[in-house]
Amino acid sequence: MSERILMCGNEALAEAAIIAGLDAYFGYPITPQNEIPTYMSQRMPEEGRIFVQSESELAAINMVFGASATGKRAMTSSSSPGISLMQEGLSYLAAAELPAVVVNIMRGGPGLGNIAPSQSDYFQATKGGGHGDYRNIVLAPASVQEMADLTQLAFDLADQYQMTVMILADGFLGQMMEPVLIEKKVSRKLPSKDWALTGSNDRSQRIVRSLWLKEGVLEALNNKLQAKYKIVEQNEVLYEQYETQDADIIVVAYGIAARIVRSAVDKARQVGIKAGWIRPITLWPFPTEIISKTADEMPIFLVIELSCGQMVEDVKLSVAGKAPVIFYGRSGGGVPTVEEILEQIMQLTTSAMRSNR
Amino acid sequence: MRTVFKRTPTLKDVPTHYCPGCGHGIAHRLIAEIIDELGIRGRTIGIAPVGCAVLAYDYLDVDMVEVAHGRAPAVATGMKRTNPDMIIFSYQGDGDLASIGTAEIVHAAHRAEQITVIFINNAVYGMTGGQMAPTTVLNQVTSTTPRGRQALVQGYPMQISEMLAVLPGAVYIERCSLSGTSQIMNAKRAVKHAFQLQLDGAPGLSLVEILSPCPTYWRMTPVKAMEWIEKEMTQVFPLGKLKG
Repeated sequence: MSERILMCGNEALAEAAIIAGLDAYFGYPITPQNEIPTYMSQRMPEEGRIFVQSESELAAINMVFGASATGKRAMTSSSSPGISLMQEGLSYLAAAELPAVVVNIMRGGPGLGNIAPSQSDYFQATKGGGHGDYRNIVLAPASVQEMADLTQLAFDLADQYQMTVMILADGFLGQMMEPVLIEKKVSRKLPSKDWALTGSNDRSQRIVRSLWLKEGVLEALNNKLQAKYKIVEQNEVLYEQYETQDADIIVVAYGIAARIVRSAVDKARQVGIKAGWIRPITLWPFPTEIISKTADEMPIFLVIELSCGQMVEDVKLSVAGKAPVIFYGRSGGGVPTVEEILEQIMQLTTSAMRSNR
Repeated sequence: MRTVFKRTPTLKDVPTHYCPGCGHGIAHRLIAEIIDELGIRGRTIGIAPVGCAVLAYDYLDVDMVEVAHGRAPAVATGMKRTNPDMIIFSYQGDGDLASIGTAEIVHAAHRAEQITVIFINNAVYGMTGGQMAPTTVLNQVTSTTPRGRQALVQGYPMQISEMLAVLPGAVYIERCSLSGTSQIMNAKRAVKHAFQLQLDGAPGLSLVEILSPCPTYWRMTPVKAMEWIEKEMTQVFPLGKLKG
């Protein structure tokens, strides 16, 4: 596709995955991500590749595990309750150091919740979710274009670091239509998959495993994983910032919330408030450094989420007490309006002026 | 001197961690011999379960993956669909296949996945200390059925091979046993057939259930355990071909 076309986020993501060389898609129906398996069921066989509708999310993530163990590019997609079911598989993928791409088009929770857009799976996505000491790279698109671009990046990151990369988006980004240009990106130089199970014809046996009973072996493996995660933290942080230089207030938001924040910050500037924003694109690794640096100037940090307050904890850790961090969010499908956020900005900046900041 | 018997190359020359009288070692040897007889070592991927056979890759010298409890048929699906020329087999116990992995085995058969499943039924959970399995027979004492399994309390023993045989996507289901030499030879024939079907591109799943002794958690001598298979287990799990 060499021209911009109008597409919904879920379909743009699916097409980008195909362009990125996806060999196999496995998934189970759940709203609001159904456009992905529907699209894949049509396009993957057209490309001579694999589409399987699994019996459950447990099965889907294990099908991904199987395909990935043989060196193929594999992915699954789901929404919040389904991602909860996949946590077992995500832990095993991390332990076995298998690359995988997992898409979470978040909906309201907890429980069955509702099918409205939400950002309440941040903790689950960035802090583990499954058992054990492991990390997943988490990418948070904020437009249909980024749904496509970050998906292509996700496959390279997964292969480079032999990790799961999760695309953390929400029902809005999945459903809304925007013009998008989906072009094959130049791939990174990736390591060869010399661990893949391809049949031990002219070489010794390969084993993909996660059980290490002998004393000290698991600890050594965990240390190796942590060293790898350190490299990811050093090299793969992505964020966007706007008007933060002179800002009295910096609004931090990701994904669809960042789109609303952008408009609110522009309006605040129009009425003379020195406002800016920071948008984390990688939620893990979190853009700690830029937030910490910005905090030296002691602006007010306002964190906006479609949740009851999850990313705000990482902002607080990054700010480390150097500046006030205020949270405003809506959950369960509630979405703050531009005016609602503007009002928060105005309230915080006027009360700060009153106290002579 | 003429060599009349030697260890088959795919079976590693190492001692196993299995208890004396356990059936896993016999089942491993059958699989290794079949892989060598069919000449498919270079194109075979095995899947180890969670259970006593989790370390099967320490004994079988083929590419292997160890997967989450019960999920082997889903992992096998991911492998076979993306590598149709590879021979994919899973090796699963009764807790793995007939309890926690029931959905995965039923749906792999339902989707007619062209994989081979070796299902070891020893009527207990071995690795965790002899708890009741879905296949534990009535009145059998285990560490979680100290008064013996009662149908209305713990349910009836589950005949999963019979269940799977009704699915059109299962092309071959047979139940064998390791209770004696002729039975072992018969099990080898069945397992070989299950692999051969996959090699031939048969349109579905093949499964061989093997009744296997667990003297440790049956609290019997190895000889008594073999007798118990023939006298008790085969009453609930009759031997023979169920499909194909």
